[in-house]
Amino acid sequence: MTEGADHPAAMSPVEHRVAALEALLTERGLIPEGFIEETVHRYESEIGPMNGARVVARAWADPRYRERLLADATAAIAELGFGGAEGHHMVVVENTPAVHNVIVCTLCSCYPWPTLGLPPAWYKDPPYRARMVREPRVLLAEMGCELPEDTEIRVWDSSAEVRYLVLPQRPAGTEGMTEAELAGLVTRDSMIGVARL
Amino acid sequence: MSRVRPVDGIHDLGGMQGFGAVGHTPAEPAFHRPWEGRARALMEVVLGAVRPNGGEFRHAIERMAPGHYLTSSYYEHWLTAAATLAVEHGLITRADLEARAGGAFPLSGPVLAPPVTGPGADVSVPRFGVGDQVRVREWHPPGHTRCPRYIRGKTGMVVRLDGSYPVPDVEAHGAGRRREPTYSVRFGAAELWADGQRGVSVHVDLWDSYLEPA
Repeated sequence: MTEGADHPAAMSPVEHRVAALEALLTERGLIPEGFIEETVHRYESEIGPMNGARVVARAWADPRYRERLLADATAAIAELGFGGAEGHHMVVVENTPAVHNVIVCTLCSCYPWPTLGLPPAWYKDPPYRARMVREPRVLLAEMGCELPEDTEIRVWDSSAEVRYLVLPQRPAGTEGMTEAELAGLVTRDSMIGVARL
Repeated sequence: MSRVRPVDGIHDLGGMQGFGAVGHTPAEPAFHRPWEGRARALMEVVLGAVRPNGGEFRHAIERMAPGHYLTSSYYEHWLTAAATLAVEHGLITRADLEARAGGAFPLSGPVLAPPVTGPGADVSVPRFGVGDQVRVREWHPPGHTRCPRYIRGKTGMVVRLDGSYPVPDVEAHGAGRRREPTYSVRFGAAELWADGQRGVSVHVDLWDSYLEPA
C-alpha cells in the first residue's frame, strides 16, 4: 500500500497511525487474511446487550433460573450460550425496590462483553469513571435515573476479575408477556444500572 | 524531562473532580468510525504476536502521557498500547511507525517499576471471610496495580470471596506469578469521601495482599 496518494488529506492523524500499524503488521505476515473484517463483524453482530436482555428476561420468567443466576451467574449465563473473554467470572447484582446497583470500572474499561458487548464510549471516558464512585446519586439523577432518597445505592467497581451485570426490576404490567417480549423491554443502561425500567 | 517520578497513573480516575457531565448516549454502535474497529482488531493481532504477561497490556495504557490519555478515546488508548508493546517486544520500530504515519506516533512512556524477579509463594488460604473488617494498604506502587487510589487507607467489609487469581502487580512486571484470594470489599461512601452521603456504598474487588486486618 502506498501512503499519501491513496489517502486524502481528510484522514485524521489517528487514522494515519492505524493505517501505519496495520501496514507494518501486514508486511510482517502477522494479520491473517480477513482477520480485521471478521473481528469487526464479531463485535458488531455477535455480542451486545441483546444477549444480556435474554438473560434478564429468563430470570424474570423463571424463578428457578433467577436463583441459579444469582448463585452462579457464569454458569447460568452459559446455559443460554454466552461466555468467553470478559465473561469468565460473572456476578449478577439484583435491583429491588430498596436497593439499586450500578457498575463502573474506575481503572480502565472492564465490562461484561459476552452479555453487553463492547462498552459505550461514555462508560470508558473520565467523567463517568471519576464520578460514579464519588457521587452516584447525583450522577444517576443527572443521567435521568432519579432514585427515591431512601433507596440504597450499591456501586460495583470492576477492579479485579469479576464482571458484573445488573438484574433490573421487572416492570409492572408485564405479567402476560412472553420471554421474547420481556427481552425487548430490557435496555443496556438498565443492565449497567444507569437506568430503571 | 520531569524530575518528579510519576506514580499513581492518570488512569486511576475514581473520585477525581472537574470532568463535568457524562456524554451519555442511550445506544451507540460498537465502532463509531471504521478506524476504531481496525484498531481493536490490530490490538488483538499484537497481543497474539507478543503474548504479554497478564496486566502488561493494561499497564501499557497506564503509561500513556497524562495529557494524551485524557484527550483521546479508548480506541486510541488501545492503539497506543498495542503499538507500544509491538515496539517494546521488537516486532517493529518507532521509526517505522512514524515513517508510515507521516508524522508523530505517540507511544506510552517507559516502565518505571523494577522487574519482579521473585514473585513469592501463592496464598492458598484466604486471610479474610465475609463480614470481616479490612483496611486497604496505604502505598503507592510505581508499577501496575489494580488497587485504586481512592480506597487506600480506607476501611471496609468483605462481602464476597471470588477465588484465587494471579496478582497483576507481580505478573505485569515479570515472568513469575503469585496467586492470591480475591475479595469484594464494601466501603461506605461516607468513609471514602467524608461528605455525609447516606445509603451509598462502593464495592471494590481486591487481592489479598492489598489488605490488612482492621
